[in-house]
Amino acid sequence: MEPIETPKEYQKYVDKKSPNSPILKNCFNAFWVGGLICSIGQLITYYCKFRGADQQTAGTIVSIVLIGVSAFLTGLNIFNKIGKFAGAGSLVPITGFANSIVSPAMEYKSEGYVMGVGGKMFTVAGPVLVFGISTSIIVGLIALIFI
Amino acid sequence: MEFWQSIDWMGVLKCFLVGGLICVIGQILIDKTKLTSARILVIFVTAGVILGALGLYEPLVKFAGAGATVPLTGFGYNLAKGAIEAVKEIGLLGAFTGGVKAAAGGIAAAVFFGYLASLVSKPKIKKQ
Repeated sequence: MEPIETPKEYQKYVDKKSPNSPILKNCFNAFWVGGLICSIGQLITYYCKFRGADQQTAGTIVSIVLIGVSAFLTGLNIFNKIGKFAGAGSLVPITGFANSIVSPAMEYKSEGYVMGVGGKMFTVAGPVLVFGISTSIIVGLIALIFI
Repeated sequence: MEFWQSIDWMGVLKCFLVGGLICVIGQILIDKTKLTSARILVIFVTAGVILGALGLYEPLVKFAGAGATVPLTGFGYNLAKGAIEAVKEIGLLGAFTGGVKAAAGGIAAAVFFGYLASLVSKPKIKKQ
């Protein structure tokens, strides 16, 4: 083997030795798992409509069911196995939001049921709600000007 | 099985494709940037609010149904749509009540089921 003398050569050496980024495989897994989760949501929507619910109600029911199921799957340590495989496929759908609540809450259970579970469950969900709700208020205020 | 016959499978396919593609965008962000998953969640919800406000997300929801509403961008879209509709109905107050009202079911379910699931969960036991 040739001696490595400059940082550039070292970088080349590292690039050659490290495995190819598995981005294609990751994207493929994210694609079909994410698509599948959304399709389950679509089937629930159809079922709600079949039973006579309107679009808005059906959408709310889909959110509640998917959030409930993924919260308990996280509690049973099943969701993190799916998450490891699917990456963004289970993170980006609303299931990821429920997972982001339960995972830190579980971890800090030893700190008690009020500040441990009750407080830490918003470690990730807190920022999501802060930015989501604040932006929606700004949108509402801007809409006020245009109406 | 009347229900299974009533299903529009073409709609499910569109939902699968669009939902999958939105997740691929998230996966590319994870692999190509150093963003944490928490930041990605924030980015998706905020992007959904902005796209929803500009009227760019609505066509996607019409086309793909749950494929557009189940990803977190859909949660953001819902917030924006609720805020705008409430402003049209009741004015200034609507900017504050509309968004959360539209997303109330999801937020309340996340808080309630999240707490409940954490309570019944067993902490991971690390094997030596």
